[in-house]
Amino acid sequence: MPNGSPARDRAWHPPALTPLYKTSVARSPRFAPLGHATSASEETGPVFGHDILGPMDNDLITNFAAPGEMAIGPRIVVQGHVRDEFGRPVPHTLVEVWQANAGGRYRHKKEGYLAPLDPNFGGCGRCITDENGFYEFLTVKPGPYPWPNGPDDWRPAHIHLSVFGHSFAQRLITQLYFEGDPMIWQCPIVGTIPSKEAIEGLIARLDRANSLPMNALCYQFDITLRGRRQTMFENRPEGL
Amino acid sequence: MTRAKETASQTAGPYVHIGCTPNFLGIEGIFPEDLGTRMITGEPEGERITVTGSVIDGAGNVLKDALVEIWQADAAGQFPGHGAAPGFTGWGRSPGDMETGEFSFETLKPGRVPWHDGRKQAPHITVWVVARGINLGLHTRIYFPDEEEANAEDPILQRVEHRQRIQTLIADKTDEGYRFDIRLQGEDETIFFDI
Repeated sequence: MPNGSPARDRAWHPPALTPLYKTSVARSPRFAPLGHATSASEETGPVFGHDILGPMDNDLITNFAAPGEMAIGPRIVVQGHVRDEFGRPVPHTLVEVWQANAGGRYRHKKEGYLAPLDPNFGGCGRCITDENGFYEFLTVKPGPYPWPNGPDDWRPAHIHLSVFGHSFAQRLITQLYFEGDPMIWQCPIVGTIPSKEAIEGLIARLDRANSLPMNALCYQFDITLRGRRQTMFENRPEGL
Repeated sequence: MTRAKETASQTAGPYVHIGCTPNFLGIEGIFPEDLGTRMITGEPEGERITVTGSVIDGAGNVLKDALVEIWQADAAGQFPGHGAAPGFTGWGRSPGDMETGEFSFETLKPGRVPWHDGRKQAPHITVWVVARGINLGLHTRIYFPDEEEANAEDPILQRVEHRQRIQTLIADKTDEGYRFDIRLQGEDETIFFDI
């Protein structure tokens, strides 16, 4: 049943206008967004079944590789739970990921960084959380890469994530960074986020207990989506 | 109830298509097709429409790296997964043409959806825009120019204090269907919602 979400904390998320991230200057609305109560239009959202998934969808090391080959780079597992703001698991929701290769090069027509493409690495994957909200994928750790913002700006190693949740109001795109990377604290895109605490929520933690010996290191990255309120009293047909 | 903080948003960046529409970009063989390219998968009841538009920045330039998603009810005002007839997904994703930046959806004209107090909203499509330079996805709505009566009693349109801004949420009727340009900033800036 649709039941709305508590308001999004816009002081926690990056504001629209963050001039040190230069592209935001001409792409940020000047008017404040208009708040309104939600309806089914915002409280429902698309549902994706496991039937959309292929067996290699969450294995970026081999899902673009020639038969018998693999992507080059430090092998890692990234795993975690998707929960809502009230700690409830978000099961059966689609998580999409994309990233550069181990040298920081994206497979994209408009990307011209001189680091080479890896012929066995496409850079995209996806998975659907299980009944406990758990997700997992296997990939290579992406490299940092330079970008035309300031004269010498480099992105920290990062993986982009897109999460659906169960309502269109929960829709979220974010970026995962890696524990201990000194580039995190120099990045104008990371710096769009107002608080250190919110930034720390985007840093995946090296998890030695779950590494795959002689295979891959593990990083833990939990995702928190907006919570869903209990249905308001006057709307409860069950009278709970 | 204790409340954890939501994971902070970050821009989708210029390469969002790698993850969200890889086939469109020419990265083939990983997913059989890009999600959200077909909204009509059967023979659902209702009027078939095409909605096209552009996302435009504060200098009047069309974005060529935006990703637009829509979510809407079927012709009877029911959402897929919540009572809608089969053959319609309700959700579409368009990367925008690589040269022109134009997004496009082949969909159904939505029916009216109830507001929480029982009133009916005017037919509308919910829109979410992400791109390089957009730090948190922008929510807006598409309403229809041929629904004047319903638009006049829509509870959200009634909320808009500056009445001249309402027209930024109403698509234009064209020979091909409906056109809805999204102006991120400046003159005729589209109304975005905090939901």
